[in-house]
Amino acid sequence: MDGQAILLRLTSTFGPGIVETHDHHGDHTAVVERSAILEAFRFCRDDPDLRFNVLMDLTAVDYLTYPGREFGLRFEVVYHLYSLPHNHRVRLKVRVEEDDARVPSAVGLWPIANWFEREVWDMFGIRFDGHPDLRRLLMYEEFQGHPLRKDYPVNKRQPLIGPKT
Amino acid sequence: MANRTAREIYLGEGSGTGSGSQHLYVNVGPSHPAMHGVIRIVAELDGESVVNADVEIGYLHRAFEKECETGPYNNAIPYTDRLNYVSPLINNFGYASCVEKLLGIDVTERCKYVRVIMSEISRVSDHLTCIGASAMELGAFTVFLYMIKAREYLWELVEDVTGARLTISYARVGGVKADLPDAFGVKVRKAFKETRQVLEEVGKLLTGNRIFMDRMVGVGALSREETIAYAVTGPLLRAAGVSYDVRRAQPYWAYDRVEFEIPTGRNGDNYDRYLVRMAEMEQSMRIVEQALDALPGGPINVDVQGRPMDPASYVDLGKQGKTEGLLLLPITLSPNLAGLERPRHRALNVPDKRVVLPPKENTYGSIEGLMNHFMLIMDGYGIRPPKGEAYFAVEGANGELGFYIVSDGTDRPYRVRCRPPCFPPMAALPRMIEGEMVADIVPTFGSINMIAGELDR
Repeated sequence: MDGQAILLRLTSTFGPGIVETHDHHGDHTAVVERSAILEAFRFCRDDPDLRFNVLMDLTAVDYLTYPGREFGLRFEVVYHLYSLPHNHRVRLKVRVEEDDARVPSAVGLWPIANWFEREVWDMFGIRFDGHPDLRRLLMYEEFQGHPLRKDYPVNKRQPLIGPKT
Repeated sequence: MANRTAREIYLGEGSGTGSGSQHLYVNVGPSHPAMHGVIRIVAELDGESVVNADVEIGYLHRAFEKECETGPYNNAIPYTDRLNYVSPLINNFGYASCVEKLLGIDVTERCKYVRVIMSEISRVSDHLTCIGASAMELGAFTVFLYMIKAREYLWELVEDVTGARLTISYARVGGVKADLPDAFGVKVRKAFKETRQVLEEVGKLLTGNRIFMDRMVGVGALSREETIAYAVTGPLLRAAGVSYDVRRAQPYWAYDRVEFEIPTGRNGDNYDRYLVRMAEMEQSMRIVEQALDALPGGPINVDVQGRPMDPASYVDLGKQGKTEGLLLLPITLSPNLAGLERPRHRALNVPDKRVVLPPKENTYGSIEGLMNHFMLIMDGYGIRPPKGEAYFAVEGANGELGFYIVSDGTDRPYRVRCRPPCFPPMAALPRMIEGEMVADIVPTFGSINMIAGELDR
C-alpha cells in the first residue's frame, strides 16, 4: 500500500484522533492523539491492508529548544512501524506535555516495546501507562535526571556510586 | 532446624517451608568472558535449567545520541564508527545516507558502488567474528584462529581504502573520504580466495560436527511469530524463515543492480543462525565481485603532467597566498591522508558546495575554494539541512540499522536516534534461554552477536 493511502486510511478511520499528517522526504507520518494511540496501533497491526506487524523503532524527541515549537507540547514519542507482508512503513507520533508526560504502553501489542519504552523512560522521563516493569535500561538506578532532555547539560557530572552496602 | 533448612536448600530434601529444592539466582557477567564484559544476566535456576532471566545492559553507554547533538553533522561520523565496531563502515554509510536524505541529495554512482563494496566486506568480517567467537566459546579454538585469519585479510583491504582498521570514519555526507586504491580489485579477489578457503575449512570443521551440533541444534530457538513480535531482524529473523532483508525489501545505493540470494533457515535455532551467516558471507562476496565489475567511472589514471610537485610545497604556496597558476597544477595527494585528487573527488562526491568539502587543490589554490572550505568548517555554518526529519535504514550485519535524524535548520542535528540491530535480540534473549540449560546461555548469546557499542550507544 502506498504511503498516502495508509495515511488516508488512518484519517478516515480515526478522524479527529489524527492531529496532522505529512510525508517529508518520503517518510509518511501521522501525529495521533494520545487517547487514540492504542486503538491506532491495534488497527495498524491487525487491519488486513496495513498489517504493521513489526514495531521497528520507538524513541522520543524533546522539542524544548526547537525553533518555533518552544511553547507547544514538549515531547514527541515516535514509533516506526514496518509491515513484513506488505513491505511498507509508517511513522506514528504522540505529543505529550512536560507536566503530563504519559503515554499508554504498547507492550501488549509488541513485546519489544518493553525495552524500547524502558529506554525512553530512562532517557526522557516519559512514563508508559500499563508497562509491566518500567525501570531504567541504560543508566543505573541512582542516576538523577533524564540525560536526553534538552535541559540536561551535556557536561554534567554525577557522583560516583560505590557498591551497595 | 538450621541443619534441616540447609539440607533442604543444598540437597533438595524434604517438603518443609522451603518445599524441597529452591531456585538459585546466578549472576552471569558482567565480568565473564562469554558476556564480553558488558552484559549481566541474572538467571534464576532450577537445578541446571533456567527458569527466568533478567538481562541488564548499559555497561558501555557512552551517550552517543547526546554527543551527536553537540557538534556539526560531520562530527558524528567518528562516533558512528564506535557503534558496531566490527563492521563500522556500515554505520558510517547509514548515518551519512540519512543526512543525505534530509538534504535531499543523491550521491554519485561510483560512490554508491564504493559504499556497497565496503559494506559487504564489513559484513563478511562481522560474520567471521561472530561465528569465530561463538565457536571458540564452545571450545572450537581452531575455528576462531582461522576466522580471525580470514578477517585479517579483509581488514587489510579496509586499511588499504580507509587508512585505518577499526575507527575508519570513511563516509562523508555526500560522498566518501577517498577513492578505492589502485589495483583494489586484484587485492579483493586474492583476499576472497583466502576467505573462501577458510570458510570451506571451517564448514568442514563445524557443519555436521557432532559436538557442535549437540550444542547448537534446537537450542535458543525462537518461534517465527515471536521473532517478528520482538522486531528481530537480520540473520536471526532469516534463520526463522522470514526472508526480510532491507537490501532487497527497500533497496538503497546500488543493491537493486546486483544479484544475490537471501539465505533462510527454518527452525530459528542457533544452528540455523550459524548456517545463515555462513551462507550470507558467500552472498556478500558475490555482491562485491559484481560491484567491482560494474564500478562506473572505471579506473582513473592520475597522471602528473607538467611540473611534478610534492603536496607539502603546494600547500605552503597556497598558505602564503601565491595561488597564481596553482589550480592548473595537477598534484597527487595521498588519498588516505590528505584528501582526494580533483578528478577522483568529482567521481565520488556530489557536486553540492553546501555539503561536500572542496578538493584540496581548490582549497589551497583559489580564494573561492578556501571560502567554500571555511563555510563548511566554521562554527555555526557547515552543513545545514532544512527543518524536518528522516529515517533511513540499511541492512547492518546484525539486521536493520536505522538512523532517525531531526533537523532544526542549524548546523547541528537536533536529535540523532540510532536503531541498533542487536537491541531487539537482546530484549528477546530471556525468551530464548528460558527453559534451557545454563550451558546453553553461552551459544545462544554468541549467536545473537551482541555488539555492546551499538546496544548501549
